[in-house]
Amino acid sequence: MDIAAGLMHGFALALQPANLWWCFVGVLLGTVVGIMPGLGPPATIAMLLPLTALMNPAGAIIMLAGIYYGAKYGGSTTSILLNVPGESASVVTCIDGYQMARKGRAGPALGIAAIASFIAGTVGVIGLMLISPPLARFALAFSSPEYFALMTLGLAMVVLLAGRSMVKALLAMLVGLWLAGIGTDPFSTTSRFTFGRMELLSGIDFVVVAIGIFALGEVLANMEAREEPQALPVPKGLRNLLPTLRDLRDCRFAFVNGSVIGFLIGVLPGAGSTIASFISYGVEKAFSRRRDEFGTGVIEGVAAPEGANNSETGGALVPLLTLGIPGSGTTAILLAALVLWGFKPGPLFISEHPEMFWGLVASMYIGNVMLLILNLPLVPLFAQVLRAPVYVLYPVIFGLSIVGVYTVSGSVFDLALLAGFGLLGYVMRKLDYPSAPLVLGLVLGGAMERALRQSLMMSEGSLGILVSRPISALMLACAALVLLIPFFARLNTWRLRAMEEENK
Amino acid sequence: MLRRSPDLWSGLALAALGGYIVNEARRWDYLTADGPGPGFFPLWYGIAILALSLVLVLASTRGPQVDWKGTGRALATWAALAASLVLMKFIGFALAFAVLAYFVVAVMYRRGAVLAAVVAAALAAGFYLVFPLALGITLP
Repeated sequence: MDIAAGLMHGFALALQPANLWWCFVGVLLGTVVGIMPGLGPPATIAMLLPLTALMNPAGAIIMLAGIYYGAKYGGSTTSILLNVPGESASVVTCIDGYQMARKGRAGPALGIAAIASFIAGTVGVIGLMLISPPLARFALAFSSPEYFALMTLGLAMVVLLAGRSMVKALLAMLVGLWLAGIGTDPFSTTSRFTFGRMELLSGIDFVVVAIGIFALGEVLANMEAREEPQALPVPKGLRNLLPTLRDLRDCRFAFVNGSVIGFLIGVLPGAGSTIASFISYGVEKAFSRRRDEFGTGVIEGVAAPEGANNSETGGALVPLLTLGIPGSGTTAILLAALVLWGFKPGPLFISEHPEMFWGLVASMYIGNVMLLILNLPLVPLFAQVLRAPVYVLYPVIFGLSIVGVYTVSGSVFDLALLAGFGLLGYVMRKLDYPSAPLVLGLVLGGAMERALRQSLMMSEGSLGILVSRPISALMLACAALVLLIPFFARLNTWRLRAMEEENK
Repeated sequence: MLRRSPDLWSGLALAALGGYIVNEARRWDYLTADGPGPGFFPLWYGIAILALSLVLVLASTRGPQVDWKGTGRALATWAALAASLVLMKFIGFALAFAVLAYFVVAVMYRRGAVLAAVVAAALAAGFYLVFPLALGITLP
């Protein structure tokens, strides 16, 4: 199916009333989640994932993806109005966005954030649409050694960029591999690490771990504050949200910069939207004629990072859908969702399930238009979300987590595991262990072991097969280089700076 | 005296996990006639966990200190959640969830008993209306 025919097919699916509705629900929920500091897209998607088992898979992936990219739009609102990023990807938007708000230009700042998000988000979807099919065709030549090498590279990138301490990130990833290994070995039917429990013979459900670590861990960490956070004053007078023509002219380069950098960073596993927005901001500042004014409320300083963090979404879906390799916690949950519904993301995904791929692409065009319409006139309304009392929100998250896990497994044992992983998620946050490598290790662990064992079967036990094939050798060499970066002082300084900004 | 960071304890816990994995993996076939056995992959990541956790333990004098303020609140909430999960087996989801919600509102956020009871009852009723009644989902 060529791109034009695929896109037509996709729009025919995405424009069905039910799918339009799920797209709207997704982007609306995403915007709300993006606005709320302390509740992120991975937690929300993990909680809602079990409930999607009742839905049509096309509608379900459209909704979950809507939450993913919708949150990027919402994150800018609190950055600009309150200097509080709703999402880590919107941290850099605070720098100039909040200064614009202090100068009485909150409206144009919000407006340009929405417009840049729309333009770059759309460019990201175009990139996804153009690059995915040829990449999937190329990946058809991959065999087990290439897959093992690719997963190793993906995990190495995530480990590199996931936390301040690479030792802790590696340990989190290895614990994820161990969790993936719990259950019955598919090759020999040996039961491994089951502690004599029948319930563990089929392994630990990904949903239990994801909801425990992301949703419960996040709420428990937020519960540390004794007092409910005070509702922050939302500035009035947001009627004039449209930027002037001069603002738009000033942002021409920022739109292009954000779109291109965001997409390219998105394709790399592990880098993520926070790093995309920082690099885009840095490039914008470096090439600007008024670089000295950055930080004082320059509109390009809002447009570039906001564009980048939205374009990144399209890029991040490329390795997920064409190679079956997620690059972040959120895309790992999307991968688990596709597997839960009976799909196998990878090189054959687009050719075997064109309706899912093209329906998702078309829905993202539609979702970006919906978000532009929602975010421009309704920002003052969304800002009121910040007034929702957390003592109501947190029990709701607990309830959704419990219902979600029970819906998937119907097992009380899994509820006990949920509580255990909730505590683990909290402890990991407290002790500065990043959670994304653990979740990715869990998602990729089974496939990685299978690929390694199949490779060694092909070579009759010789590890040489991993380095004698050029693509596999190249990817393993890259993975080794990535893990050696902390030993190069200058590169490690750059890595630590990116981590500090991510954790601010 | 040097103040150890919590990395010491997490490193020791992970070292114990690594030791357990290696010990278990040694009981399974490492290589079989068909290729690597069930013990192959776990043995290597078990060794890696053991080695890295020892690095963490050795470096723990330089590790960051943790601000424990508020930990008691988080752990109390977790204990309430765990207790409500146990209660669910005996009194059902709606009641156990209402107790949990009441605890969060009244104890953790120090709101009045009436408000807490109203929020707890409304949330429990809301969950019951949405999941079993509207969506046909079975609750624990």
